[in-house]
Amino acid sequence: MSATTAVFGKHERTALVAPIIANNPIGVQVLGICSALAVTTRLDKALVMGIGVTIVTACANIAVSTVRNWIPNSIRIIVQLAIIASLVIMVDQVLKAYLFELSLELSVFVGLIITNCIVMGRAEGYAMQYPPWSSFLDGVGNGLGYSLVLLLVALARELIGAGKIFGYVVLPVASDGGWYVPNGLMLLAPSGLFIIALLVWLLRTWKPELQEKD
Amino acid sequence: MEHYANLMVKSIFLENMALAFFLGMCSFLACSKKVDTALGLGVAVVFVQVLTVPLNNVILHYLLAEGALAWVHPALAKVDLGFLAFILFISTIAAATQVVEMAVDRFAPKLYATLGVFLPLIAVNCVILAGSLFMQERDYTFTESVVYGVGSGLGWAIAIAAMAGVREKMRYSDVPAGLKGLGITFVIAGLMSVAFMMFSGIQV
Repeated sequence: MSATTAVFGKHERTALVAPIIANNPIGVQVLGICSALAVTTRLDKALVMGIGVTIVTACANIAVSTVRNWIPNSIRIIVQLAIIASLVIMVDQVLKAYLFELSLELSVFVGLIITNCIVMGRAEGYAMQYPPWSSFLDGVGNGLGYSLVLLLVALARELIGAGKIFGYVVLPVASDGGWYVPNGLMLLAPSGLFIIALLVWLLRTWKPELQEKD
Repeated sequence: MEHYANLMVKSIFLENMALAFFLGMCSFLACSKKVDTALGLGVAVVFVQVLTVPLNNVILHYLLAEGALAWVHPALAKVDLGFLAFILFISTIAAATQVVEMAVDRFAPKLYATLGVFLPLIAVNCVILAGSLFMQERDYTFTESVVYGVGSGLGWAIAIAAMAGVREKMRYSDVPAGLKGLGITFVIAGLMSVAFMMFSGIQV
């Protein structure tokens, strides 16, 4: 068993688990809010976006970490951008090939994974210092933490705004003969910000050490 | 002319980059504590946006789009390099930011000192890349892309300046401990976003 602990020791476990809640990229590190909120009107969009970001973050972390000792310090941002952009192109092409309609709805937001601060932030902040395996786990962990927040926001917006979960009717809407009158604000842009604010509030009430001083 | 005026108004108010599409949120939240820095960053974004959107438009129409390479050699008329758009756009942006930084440093050292660290950071600001990607998606002509670059940059600058104004006043309010900082900033941005929705339907 000692071999397993070496591959998956305490350090690696922290790298994977910490970002999911305790060091959540959106709630705590304030990274990657940019392209996140606009895709959360429906769960399927949020899920695809979450998977895309997780894959890109994990792979970018491996790639950056592998070449970290050969990157000259002065051009590291450009090198990281080139790696990330190539990975995002692959994700985009796969989406266009297999989920064409969804990729049309996600429109520019797939491309915007390139400038998503999570990917850049983890490549710069973690992968530049640690070996590939723990960087990979860190990437997966951060991607999952991001997806978790995305899915929570999307769940609230789709359920309250349209009475559906993943497109299936949960609360029959009044206009279709049901009893639920949907809250239209949830489908509009501002509600995403309000829900994230509530999530941050909850997280910081639960873990008071995260609260900001004036 | 009317068409361009319309596009301008649309990109500043209706499709405000920060408040309708949540783009550039990271620097929108991080750099909006003081009006001065917010204004400086806003100006820099407008600057880079005006430069990169038309530049990427030219690259798209003469290098990347289907059949765009026909001017090099007729045999290349069927080449479609569209899939390279992301990587070329981001390289253009990184290069343009670098050039702008050097130019500002050389010709306007005072402005350079004010903008400081924000100039290089613009390269990874989603607003800039989004401007070019929207330009590609909506098939803007060269003139339209210039107008769109000015409009979307200005819209973001207005949003961050307004946000900084509100946050400066927030210092005197009693915010619940858990909402302090990040939380309340989201709420303010949400309320501003509701306010900006009032512009919808405006036609020039």
